Amino acid sequence: MGKILEVQNLKLHYFTSKGIVRAVDDISFFLNEGETLGVVGESGCGKTTMAVALLKMPTPPGRIVGGQIIVDGQNIMSLNETVMRRKIRWEKISMVFQGAMNCLTPAYTIGRQMMETLQEHREMEKDEAMERIKKYLSYVGLSHDVIRRYPHELSGGMKQRVVIATALFLEPKVVICDEPTTALDVVVQAQIINLLKELKEKLKLSFIFITHDLATEAEVSDRIMVMYAGKIAEIGTNQQIYGEQGPMHPYTKRLLGATPRLHENVEELAFIKGTPPDLLMPPQGCRFHLRCPEVMDVCSKEEPPLEEIESDHMVACWRCRS
Amino acid sequence: MKASHVIDKTDYIMELQNIQKWFPVRKQGLKEIFTAQRSWVKAVDGVSFGIRRGEIFGLVGESGCGKTTTGKLIMKLEEPTAGKMTLDGNDVTHISRQELERYRRNVQMVFQDPYASMNPRFKIRDVLAEPLIIHKMGKDRTEREVAIKKALEEVRLIPPEDFMERFPHMLSGGQRQRAATARSLILSPKIIVADEPVSMIDLSTRAEILHTMRAVQRDLQLTYLYITHDLSTARYFTDRIAVMYLGKIVEMGDPNSVIDHPQHPYTQALIAAVCEPIAGKVNRIKEVPIKGEIPSAANIPQGCRFHPRCVFAQESCWTQPEPELVESGEEHMVACSLWKEIREGKITKS
Repeated sequence: MGKILEVQNLKLHYFTSKGIVRAVDDISFFLNEGETLGVVGESGCGKTTMAVALLKMPTPPGRIVGGQIIVDGQNIMSLNETVMRRKIRWEKISMVFQGAMNCLTPAYTIGRQMMETLQEHREMEKDEAMERIKKYLSYVGLSHDVIRRYPHELSGGMKQRVVIATALFLEPKVVICDEPTTALDVVVQAQIINLLKELKEKLKLSFIFITHDLATEAEVSDRIMVMYAGKIAEIGTNQQIYGEQGPMHPYTKRLLGATPRLHENVEELAFIKGTPPDLLMPPQGCRFHLRCPEVMDVCSKEEPPLEEIESDHMVACWRCRS
Repeated sequence: MKASHVIDKTDYIMELQNIQKWFPVRKQGLKEIFTAQRSWVKAVDGVSFGIRRGEIFGLVGESGCGKTTTGKLIMKLEEPTAGKMTLDGNDVTHISRQELERYRRNVQMVFQDPYASMNPRFKIRDVLAEPLIIHKMGKDRTEREVAIKKALEEVRLIPPEDFMERFPHMLSGGQRQRAATARSLILSPKIIVADEPVSMIDLSTRAEILHTMRAVQRDLQLTYLYITHDLSTARYFTDRIAVMYLGKIVEMGDPNSVIDHPQHPYTQALIAAVCEPIAGKVNRIKEVPIKGEIPSAANIPQGCRFHPRCVFAQESCWTQPEPELVESGEEHMVACSLWKEIREGKITKS
């Protein structure tokens, strides 16, 4: 199992009138071929910004200020916009955006929108293109008459399936899903999660699955990466995070404790005191130290590096090292 | 906290009997215009339940099931098409404007989005003073000030003098939702309707808000109607829950009993679909015992409205009239004609 995606020291900062917001601040990780990497964190922790950075599409005033992104053995940092658009985006690495259901143009039929994407990238006869659209629609469990329908005629779950099909039909290696199930009802949510699992097997895809919900992540991801205030707090396997031993970083521990479990009758739900820091002026030292109940002297002075504590398990915490 | 809290099971503060809310659909065909044919979206289609004094009643369901419309009916933001509503024994199904003003003092609301529900140019002091001025409570400024301070203390925004001078943007999401709770508390209402009060709030602070809301509810003996799509928080937060599907309640009862031993096939599917943070589920495809997609509320199926999606459905489910809520255990009601057979495993899934 090789690394399909490798990110080194990636930084994306927003240059606002109030100052520099360090939304993604020096993060390094990798994605193995055929695995799903879950990215969790609260709103504003930089998870969506990180995803957008992987496609080199920062929203102004954001700018990638450093780092390397290696997709399938190729460093994409040096590539210009035209090459990115023609050869990388959707060809090698594609994305299902947050609220993807609203990404469809209301005035075009589903078939026309999908055709447009396909013909932009591939020299294809119309019939051949249509064949491929039909093939991918059946992969995501939709009937062919969806092609002639307009977005408003479809339910939320169906629209999400269309967007997933569109993200897949150029046969990318890596698919980034940003909160693909958040706006959907639980039953539909479970169906979409099942669909993604089936497609992963069938098409040998690698996924980055972004969500704020640790419960969803437990059912989807092989490895979990927890982000806090623009930094990686912890990366571990599904078993390491959700198993008996549990996570190691105090933030992950508390976040997991605050996640309600349906089949447990708890009297008191745990929560984390305070709020995430302002990324214009992140606190010195560990970014979590102001809310951390296990804080030590060193935490407010020096930033803890992300270190491998056991095999596959990386934690950025002074307490875990001592 | 739950155990020490005693609720009189026969003392209903609010009762809804067969409440309906139908919205007309305008069609543009000539036939509809000339024949005056009308079709309806049956958002709430015959809902009956009672809220007991001092309890938190949860209304759960998927989007479009009518839970928010039910909340609006209780708030009197919508007029019911049919049925009867009582508050403290008084009929409030249709009331006059003057009565409505008094009614609103008794029934207050906490909105979903704490960012959008406050005037950004108002200080928290003004946000909380507004309901007092509207309802002409408190003689003068100083008297209102005392009430505002008390309300802020009740929701643990301490010191109140400090928070009164702040603008909404100077508060965190959690503090804002507490200020919103204080605003609805300040009129000492009988019922507070909270429609998804924490769905916009981050997980790490969500529990904190629910915790404060419940602590205040217990301290002041308030009654809440908690509307949500999230079964997990409903279990933690409520004393009783009702599960809605397509405008009707399909199951109602003690949250532990409903969630651990669901009897309606819809509730069973809903619970099976919920994700849980437990290891070892990655490589499994989750089985959700439900078929197809939710039908439109403009076109409700004959017989039991869940039968086209039900994995247990028998012929009787669509030929017989719709099942009503029946007692199926202590503090547990279900609207399914086959609940006994399903529980005993006599019907196999199709």
